[in-house]
Amino acid sequence: MAWTWFHKLGSPPYVYKLAATLTPWFAWIAAILIAYGLIGGLVISPADYQQGEGYRILYVHAPTAWMSTQVYVVMAVASAVALIWRIKVAHAVAAACGSMGATFTACALATGSLWGGPMWGTYWEWDPRIIFELVLLVQFLGYLGLRAAVDDTQRADRICAVLAVVGVVNVPIIHYSVEWWNSLHQTASVMKLDSKPTMPLSMLLPLLSMFFGYMFLFGALLFTRLRAELLSRERSASWIRDVVHA
Amino acid sequence: MTPQAPPTIVPGHPQTPALQAARLVLSRDLRLAFRRPGELVQPLIFFAIVATLFPLAITPEKSQLVVVAPGVVWVAALLASLLALEFLYRDDAHDGSLEQFALSGQSLTGLLLAKSIGHWLLTGAPLAVMGPLTAWAFGAPASALPGVFVSVLIGSIALSLLGSIGAALTLGVRRSGVLLSVLNLPFTVPVLIFGARATQQAIQGIDFIPAVQLLGAMAILGITLAPLAAAAAVRISLE
Repeated sequence: MAWTWFHKLGSPPYVYKLAATLTPWFAWIAAILIAYGLIGGLVISPADYQQGEGYRILYVHAPTAWMSTQVYVVMAVASAVALIWRIKVAHAVAAACGSMGATFTACALATGSLWGGPMWGTYWEWDPRIIFELVLLVQFLGYLGLRAAVDDTQRADRICAVLAVVGVVNVPIIHYSVEWWNSLHQTASVMKLDSKPTMPLSMLLPLLSMFFGYMFLFGALLFTRLRAELLSRERSASWIRDVVHA
Repeated sequence: MTPQAPPTIVPGHPQTPALQAARLVLSRDLRLAFRRPGELVQPLIFFAIVATLFPLAITPEKSQLVVVAPGVVWVAALLASLLALEFLYRDDAHDGSLEQFALSGQSLTGLLLAKSIGHWLLTGAPLAVMGPLTAWAFGAPASALPGVFVSVLIGSIALSLLGSIGAALTLGVRRSGVLLSVLNLPFTVPVLIFGARATQQAIQGIDFIPAVQLLGAMAILGITLAPLAAAAAVRISLE
């Protein structure tokens, strides 16, 4: 049947083996893309005529900021799949996403602050995108906190899935409300990412390479964490013995 | 529960019209709340305390206080509503009423919407009276007070409804206070932004209707979607 591949994704042993097979592929692609991005971004591409060498943190900052929302969307989609079709593997995916999303968001805030220090002259600015990332971080932390507070794994899975799905509806609302909030405040904002198309190709290519590199890195980490989640959740299942002794 | 508890909301009577069932839940909540007037005024007292701290901490100068007045009104309203949210489902979960609601055959979404409306009438609507009072004490002109009233009135609907999701999610959690505030913060940020904006524009004498309309949109979003999410969370918590 055409749908067999989809139904197989509901089976923990199959997904465990699939994740084990895919991890090195994703990890190597990520390593190559990130290596090119770092060399291209830090060594080959010219310094920015306005921001000098300091702009180069962009190559780390922009991908983490982008991944922070991506991971939330992945987590919410996995949660919705898990709630609707009651697939426990999807709950494991969502659980694996939580702490990674929080890490990406925290990295985006930290690198953004380091960038803001020399560029804006302040390490912290009440800028809409910073507030957005901060609220997103609170959303991730709430997700992790709720998961930790409910003892029973199955109940924690389902209640956190509701939170993730509700939260993803809220993400664009927060995005636009902080945008409007700022447009009314009109603080000095030096950098606009809208100017990206004017970026020369020698800067754009490494940046794109970093974007995709981070995506594959997330994939590799997700598969690794997913395997750990599955091992811990299915610890009393018989297929674990075959896997461990294989 | 009470001996005169609505007799039709039991597993045997799922054929009670949905509106009537919701009205019964609402009137039961109001009756229970008015039997304990001490608890009823707690959010108001809390609001007053928070608002009083600001002149003491910043300055008694009304010209400076009027600048921070919108922020004070909204932060105080938000904290007071958060304080009350902890009790939204707690008693009903303890005495089993919530379980009966879920088993009654009635739409749990409808019953929870009724509970949220009751919660707003008891804690949100009174804050709409405190809002203008605080703004006036902070030096806002009398002409601004209707605008402050309307913005807090509509914004508190959104706060009550959106907050009900967090309250339902933390139903099975012991000592849920801090977790509830963490879960609720992302939902309250847009309400806070538009609410404080509307209040500020009302005080400055600018057209505040657009911001109030955005608050109204948040409130409608809360009324339509939040009870669905809360019902899903309550069902999972009761398992």
